[in-house]
Amino acid sequence: IKCEESVEKIYKDFLSYQHREQGSITLYREHHVRYLLKALRSLPQVQQSLDASRPWLIYWIIQSLYLLNEKLSDAYVNEICDFLQRCQNPEGGFGVGGPGQIPHLAPTYAAVNALCILQSDRAYDVINREKLASWLRELRSSNGSFSLHIDGESDIRCQTYEGGFGAVPGCEAHGGYTFCGYATLLLLQRENLCDKDNLLRWTVNRQMEFEGGFQGRTNKLVDGCYSFWVGALFPLLDAAERKLEHTIVRDERMFDSVAAQEYVLLCSQSNLSGGFTDRPKANSHSSDLYHTCYCLSGLSLFQHSFNKNIICGNIENAVCETHPLFNIGPECAYDAMQHYKQLDASSSNQNESVNDN
Amino acid sequence: MSDSETDPEDSNVNYIPYSQRPEWSDIEPLKQNDGPYSVVRIAYTEKFSETFDYIRACMQKDEMSQRALELTKDACQLNPANYTVWCYRRKLLFHLNSDLNEELIFIGQLIREHQKNYQVWEHRRLIVEKSQIYNNELRFTSDLLRLDSKNYHPWQYRQWLLKTFNLWSTELDFVNNMIIDDIKNNSAWNQRYFVISQTTGFTDDIILKELDYVMNKIRSYPDNESSWNYLRGIARLRTINDDGKIEQFCQQMYDEYQQNECRFLYAYMIELIDLKCQEEGKKQSECNRLIELCEKLALHIDPIRKRYWENIRSRYTDKPLPNHTISASAS
Repeated sequence: IKCEESVEKIYKDFLSYQHREQGSITLYREHHVRYLLKALRSLPQVQQSLDASRPWLIYWIIQSLYLLNEKLSDAYVNEICDFLQRCQNPEGGFGVGGPGQIPHLAPTYAAVNALCILQSDRAYDVINREKLASWLRELRSSNGSFSLHIDGESDIRCQTYEGGFGAVPGCEAHGGYTFCGYATLLLLQRENLCDKDNLLRWTVNRQMEFEGGFQGRTNKLVDGCYSFWVGALFPLLDAAERKLEHTIVRDERMFDSVAAQEYVLLCSQSNLSGGFTDRPKANSHSSDLYHTCYCLSGLSLFQHSFNKNIICGNIENAVCETHPLFNIGPECAYDAMQHYKQLDASSSNQNESVNDN
Repeated sequence: MSDSETDPEDSNVNYIPYSQRPEWSDIEPLKQNDGPYSVVRIAYTEKFSETFDYIRACMQKDEMSQRALELTKDACQLNPANYTVWCYRRKLLFHLNSDLNEELIFIGQLIREHQKNYQVWEHRRLIVEKSQIYNNELRFTSDLLRLDSKNYHPWQYRQWLLKTFNLWSTELDFVNNMIIDDIKNNSAWNQRYFVISQTTGFTDDIILKELDYVMNKIRSYPDNESSWNYLRGIARLRTINDDGKIEQFCQQMYDEYQQNECRFLYAYMIELIDLKCQEEGKKQSECNRLIELCEKLALHIDPIRKRYWENIRSRYTDKPLPNHTISASAS
């Protein structure tokens, strides 16, 4: 109730402002860029609890900057690569904390994504792909908490009676896990294993009729980060549908894009300090880098349907595109894949010529 | 300002830096090597830096001692999200054959301070798994759920406990009480589904009982997505579905709630018709009803999902969506 009240106040204030001033909803780019660039350099003591998540911090920051069309200098690129290189474990994977740190899937995902966003050979070269591959293979048969247990069965059992996916079979359907589960199925080209209709139904019901933003679970509060976790499901479901039908069945996503954008810009945006947060707070200095990344990423998806753009407010509010599977720019994903493909091609050519001799 | 949780950074006059402790004098602390640049550099406190310098030093030589164990306690409290330190601590605990009852007390306190941290819950799970001391665990999670009835971690942990130690006997009662406390607690509804599917299974008999249960709950509070989702979830598991029980229920609700239209009811009625048409072919009267319901939802009672309702409707008619519906309650 409290949340709805504070959201209601914001919308009422906005409507009265708009009525008076013919004003428009604004994305406060300069505030956010300043906030992000500062964080890219250093963070205050209160962020000690994020010490094990520094690759994530880098990814959240540079993904946000990318969306805001803020190009990073070569110097920045170099420094980020240097740091991430130090996070890489010689036996594969990325971790945090210096020598003896254990590589972990989460910082690995973040580091790889961050390096791809940089779109530079220096960044691509940081990743030791051979070691990464062998480490991942090892995880599959280990009993560690992140065993990559991808057999179709166990993944699908994560889909609940509600239609979304939980953390493990039996757990409640949740936006974050639903995104990860469905994106994984798509990457493995096994999306036909899940009940797509049920998933779509669950997904559309996550948009809050009053606030316009998304909740992560049935009967829970709205949260700006689900703009991405749930919002990305629409283009993903769409892509899966198009694969089936081979024709473009519809060119619209099944959610209210304007309402979703309004939530991000009016309720999640912190206009004083820069950055974004989950929902309106009394203390508007409470933005954080995680919400900044996922609110902006969600906003991007809302703005860019594949046939037309729908920009809520000023046209300057348009942010760059993001790929719904990876959540990095589509060109970043493409360039990285091209780079490694060419690398593999040329090395196999070399092997061939060696064998010929 | 720091919150009311116990703050390991509180200036405690009794705290002696590791560098000043004689029992640690043999250890050369190992500084974090971030390299020459400042990239997401965190302004650690002295205490934080020092503690982790000593952790790094110990880990580098793989020290397996009691003092290292104590050191990890400090480190874990300073940053409970550091998974590496938790791994090291567990290695030490098991190697030194430490008292795991005590460890449960320690991790219990930490969980209360950091209820949404992944590592602390995982640590507890691994300690319980190793020690097999589970007698207090359901109580532990229910205490946490009393503080936050929807916290994902205790629910996930609780499911693991139930499966691993076969603790099912009281769970349906527990779930029922959670639903009585808050009928909109979706985690509780999910748990209900979980318990039944893992124990008796959803036999047709059980489904009949559960249908009565959920229909009562819906009647008492129709505007609740959780109960409708549960109804839908169990209904589709029926092997015999020719008693019209569910259709009757929906029709009753429809007649009763003309003035106070419930979007979940309409949505479910649409699904039932859609399913029926898929199985038995399209009947005009049924199709018309579906179309009418889609229009009510798209235009009046659930406009945020307009595109979704339009999409379903478009499978039953080529006519474009009208701009407004004639007030249906007149009919």
